[in-house]
Amino acid sequence: MDQDTIDKTVPSPLAVSISPHIKSGESVERIMWTVVVCLLPSLVLSIFIFGIQTLIITLISVASCVATEAITQKLLHRPITIKDGSAVITGLLLAYVIPPGVPYWMPILGAVMAIYVAKHLLGGIGFNIFNPALIGRAFLVATFPVAMTSAWLPPIKHGSLFQYLGSGVDAVTTATPLFILKHYGISAVVEKFGSIHSIYGSFFVGWRPGCIGETSALLLLLGGGYLLYKRYITWHIPVSMIATIALLTWAFGGEKPFSGDPLLAILSGGVMLGALFMATDYVTSPSQPAGKIIFGIGAGALTVLIRLKGGYPEGVCYAILLMNPLTPAFEQWFGPKRFAPPKGTAK
Amino acid sequence: MAQTLLTFPKGGTHPPGLKELTDKLPIEQAPVPEELDILLIQHFGVPCTPLVKKKAEVKEGELIGEVEGGLGASVHSSATGKVKRIGKAPHPISVTAPAVTIAVDKNSEPPSYQPRDWKSLSREELLAAVKKAGIVGIGGAGFPTHVKLSPPTQAKVDTLILNGAECEPYLTTDHRLMLEYSREIVEGAKIILTILGISTCHIGIEANKMDAVEAIQKAIEESGSNGFHIQVDPLQVKYPQGSEKQLIYSITGRRVPGYGLPFDVGVIVQNVGTTKAIYDAVVLNKPLYEKVITVSGKGIKRPANLLVRIGTRIADIVQYLGGVNPGLAKVVLGGPMMGFAVPSLEVPVTKTTSGILFLTEDEIDTRPHGQCIRCGWCLEACPMGLSPNEIGIYVEAGKAEETSRFGVFECFECGCCAFVCPAKRPLVQFIRLAKSKAKK
Repeated sequence: MDQDTIDKTVPSPLAVSISPHIKSGESVERIMWTVVVCLLPSLVLSIFIFGIQTLIITLISVASCVATEAITQKLLHRPITIKDGSAVITGLLLAYVIPPGVPYWMPILGAVMAIYVAKHLLGGIGFNIFNPALIGRAFLVATFPVAMTSAWLPPIKHGSLFQYLGSGVDAVTTATPLFILKHYGISAVVEKFGSIHSIYGSFFVGWRPGCIGETSALLLLLGGGYLLYKRYITWHIPVSMIATIALLTWAFGGEKPFSGDPLLAILSGGVMLGALFMATDYVTSPSQPAGKIIFGIGAGALTVLIRLKGGYPEGVCYAILLMNPLTPAFEQWFGPKRFAPPKGTAK
Repeated sequence: MAQTLLTFPKGGTHPPGLKELTDKLPIEQAPVPEELDILLIQHFGVPCTPLVKKKAEVKEGELIGEVEGGLGASVHSSATGKVKRIGKAPHPISVTAPAVTIAVDKNSEPPSYQPRDWKSLSREELLAAVKKAGIVGIGGAGFPTHVKLSPPTQAKVDTLILNGAECEPYLTTDHRLMLEYSREIVEGAKIILTILGISTCHIGIEANKMDAVEAIQKAIEESGSNGFHIQVDPLQVKYPQGSEKQLIYSITGRRVPGYGLPFDVGVIVQNVGTTKAIYDAVVLNKPLYEKVITVSGKGIKRPANLLVRIGTRIADIVQYLGGVNPGLAKVVLGGPMMGFAVPSLEVPVTKTTSGILFLTEDEIDTRPHGQCIRCGWCLEACPMGLSPNEIGIYVEAGKAEETSRFGVFECFECGCCAFVCPAKRPLVQFIRLAKSKAKK
């Protein structure tokens, strides 16, 4: 190659920037869209459990979240980042934690609250204190308590996906296992959902009343398991949170001490969804192992406290929201240990 | 060889090795170019004062620059020829620096270097030979070697570590040196041990170079012990295994405290390339004016391991290797994790250049960075246990002065944090800014 050709091929000036000059293939987009994919099986199953309107509610929720993000960022003169998938996750999670029989406009309000208030008014991704989807749900529960605590649907029969579409849901509402457990005891749960062993099976698969995306422990564990395998999340928060719920329910959840049903406790309500997909949100949970474990134990303990002593049958949402603002403190207390600090310094 | 691989206790990452481009290629002598730019600031320390005038005739290996007081090392002419200019030349780190430009006389006879028996020389004579040859740490920052080999008397040095980790992707310089000059490196180790008055030497080599491990082991056996204890320690393949503090921990379990130096924990570390240069200086009486570099990356027509004269411009190396490939975006001196990107091909090779990488668009990542999502991956990757995420956020918020509590000054800019960051945040850049504003 002669000098002229070289001169033509070499860009002038060459790109200069500070090292490192190579980066890993990971990106925020890849993480977020992987989480989206890991959440989707639960949505598909929810259509077969509660009918086609769960898909409509979810699509409305996702579209509202993405639109709110775009409009907010436009108005705040921030770069528009809807392609990173994080608003899509919030939209999915918001839909997943509302009952399948709510009116279609409700997720829109939740989305505005989640994205505009909880995410962007608090600084945008990386700075929000609370999990946006859970703030959306908490807002809806506070504002529309009746719909949010009673629009439960019994699983459909004979594959009639359009059964609840357009019909007044009031006629068919049911109660969640946790509601029955709280108010009528375990015998009422067994009476309504069959023998305790068939309950474990059907609840594990997801065949029970509940929020749109929370019912199937099986599919949530599969999705969460993939995130663990990809190392996008670690085991610390899910394991410590689920174990704490099981242990405390066993100890205090029965009529006598140590007679509660730990398996039923973790297969009902939003434990799996919360522990695997909500309490592991990077922004609102600690990043270091010790902090994660204490965060998980705290969220688990608060869940059981609300379930057993609080006014609501389920406590996962508020438990995580109560732990979220402790994250910065946990980051500081349980921060990384320096390899070799200067002599004479404490840490 | 069932041996546990040694490693450091926390952090680190696994960038793709990409060494297969050059690791099988023997070291090849590059032609001497028509002109050489010998920089008078080769590295960290005080610049040299030129000892020659314009139009002066200089011989290959002749002393042409010397440090007048302060930390530094002499420079020598890399070829026989005439001083064309004493002025400025592009510098890999500073934009330009004082330099002696030499017009090479292609018809001159190369000097011949005859080996001598170094064992009759005293420690002082050995050290003087190292100083005279202008040797600096050629694997890294270029700390003058004669200074490093004269630790203060209160430091109880008991271990010499030779760094053959070569953990940076692409680079195969030390790998090839260990294969082709294993005898010289082992002999060089004995010279250093003699200077230091100690007998223990560990040679740390990452386990992706088992052929080098075997070659060095064989050289140790053939050389005989002579009262020295020299052993090879295979190391786990993990970046930054070759970082001084990490390497010392991997091999000895000792931690060099922040702001401290290896001799604080009784260790002296030398790169294997420097050790070869010490051998050349002491046994052959040859100054350091040529060195082996890896030329690699998808942007160069013919990747190679080259023995080049110090002062050779990148452009001459490109010419010799058949030019560049389309898509070339960045030229880096050193490794891709810690090297310096240069703006033009006019920059000359210095004593500390370990490689020249021609990186194409698909080898580098130019995606714009976003906000920190607090995934904590940088905390997991940081071998020093720092919080790069917090430092970056503080710097962006205009609070760089407040970052010393995160230990910014312990950061040696290995780049693990920025490599793993999914938001592509320029964390090393933030940290450098923090260092310039914060107080120790």
